[in-house]
Amino acid sequence: MYKEYAVNQFEPDKQLLRGLADQDRDSIEKIYRLNYPMIQHMIINNSGSADDAADIFQETMIVLFEKATDPQFELNCLLKTYIYSVARRIWLKKIQQQQRMLTQEQDFEQVVLVDDDLEIHEQKQNQFNIMESAMAKIGEPCKSLLEAFYVNKKPMQLIAEEFKYTNADNAKTQKYKCLMRLKKLFFAEYNKKN
Amino acid sequence: MDMEDILLTDAIERYHKNEMSPEERAYFEDLRKNNADIDQLTVEQLYLLNQLENYSAQKKFKSVLKETHQKLSQEGIISPPTATQGRIYQIWNRYKRTVAVAASIALIVSVLTGLLVSVLNPAKQNNIKPLVEKLKEQDNKYKKLEKQLGDLHNANEQQEEKPRVESKFRATGFMIDVNHNIIVTNAHVLSEAKNLLIVENDKGEQFQAESIYVNADNDLAILKITDPEFKKLAPIPFSVKKNSADLAEQIFMLGYPKQEIVYGEGYISAQNGYQMDTLYYQLSTLANEGNSGSPVLNKNGELIGIISSKEANAEGVVYAVKSTSIYDAIKEMKKVKENEDIRITCNPILRKTDRVTQIKKLKDYVFMIKGN
Repeated sequence: MYKEYAVNQFEPDKQLLRGLADQDRDSIEKIYRLNYPMIQHMIINNSGSADDAADIFQETMIVLFEKATDPQFELNCLLKTYIYSVARRIWLKKIQQQQRMLTQEQDFEQVVLVDDDLEIHEQKQNQFNIMESAMAKIGEPCKSLLEAFYVNKKPMQLIAEEFKYTNADNAKTQKYKCLMRLKKLFFAEYNKKN
Repeated sequence: MDMEDILLTDAIERYHKNEMSPEERAYFEDLRKNNADIDQLTVEQLYLLNQLENYSAQKKFKSVLKETHQKLSQEGIISPPTATQGRIYQIWNRYKRTVAVAASIALIVSVLTGLLVSVLNPAKQNNIKPLVEKLKEQDNKYKKLEKQLGDLHNANEQQEEKPRVESKFRATGFMIDVNHNIIVTNAHVLSEAKNLLIVENDKGEQFQAESIYVNADNDLAILKITDPEFKKLAPIPFSVKKNSADLAEQIFMLGYPKQEIVYGEGYISAQNGYQMDTLYYQLSTLANEGNSGSPVLNKNGELIGIISSKEANAEGVVYAVKSTSIYDAIKEMKKVKENEDIRITCNPILRKTDRVTQIKKLKDYVFMIKGN
């Protein structure tokens, strides 16, 4: 009986996570509504600003998104507790880096251990940063072309029209050249960092 | 450019997206197995495509987050806190009940302890010794001589100096607010200063001060330097701890058990003071007359207490008022004196610095308290 209750207790949260994994706007909005004030409160009470709160909440959402899209992930506590724990950990780390003084406000919410999750997040974030800097270096029209294809998943025909290539094959050749340049830049950066 | 390369890249992309037919897939995997170059290229390419995919997903996700944030900001659901007061009020509302319960328990406990203490220990103060040093007649004579010599010297240099105060006692105090020149010391220190109150820094410069709040219960007094010649100090380098320090925490202090500043070390040996007084810590350290009002700090440079007294019958048992009482005292003071403003700021400067640097920075904020 208890177990059934426990499962049901997390069901609305799991639904929200599924929505999050699909980038469903309603789910995202709901998570914001339910948790943003709590996080803002925590950060401002720990010597942060409203802008810090916006940044930390965004990063927390990205961690959550990574988790939601990871088939291995299982939510073992209330979503609220998880969000609070992640945001708190990120913020503590940030203020430690900035050597700011922490006034050590009392935690009003329950906290779970999220160190492992954040370590994975950090690795992913590093890779994201490498890709972002490679994309920034690649220049136009390559950046727009690759983003149109890989980020916005536009069909080649449409891309050919938008970028004024004579046909889809031509666009494909251009995309290939750009991808090779990206690969070079990406692995150069990657090898530098590893 | 090699047409084959384009074809291969295209194939890897379809392989990655799972768009190959079973036959084509088998053929491609076979190709990888038998050709190391192609396999290497495929591994790299797949890695790149995976990264590109994560990058795209996150990029898209971030833009949705941004839009959501904007939308909710416009609707007023997300709003930066407008005023501190509003926020505190909100928190207050949220935790009102808990606070009320806690407060009533605290009240009952304190009334009970009060009763117990007064019943069991009618002569509570007898075994503890306040640490104000009463300066002896002799010292004053010596001071007089020193002063005369000083005057002589000054006369020679034709300088004018304000007359030095002959003090009946010496204790310690420390600044907690540089904007209002606020100094904290023990209440019992002031009982010796009936006519005149001054603070003196370690260069021997004296400044007039006045007491603006005294509370004998938690043995705290708040002073204000009123001397126009006092030059404002740099921002306070330490913070005042809002919650209790831990048992066994290492502590250090600065005070004036003699006419120069003295450093001392120790640890918190008990969470409560003399006869379980919850307003005090028991420290294991050495303190002497003159140490009353000395700031006690932990290794992070957070102020955790104020030296107040020591056990008369045992060596090394020292009592310090908990830093939380400073906040209470300020709150109480503001009720009576509305035009006095005190602000305690939180400064991280002393964190993760070595002790010598900590002391160098702290020294200027510790004063002798003198008077007659």
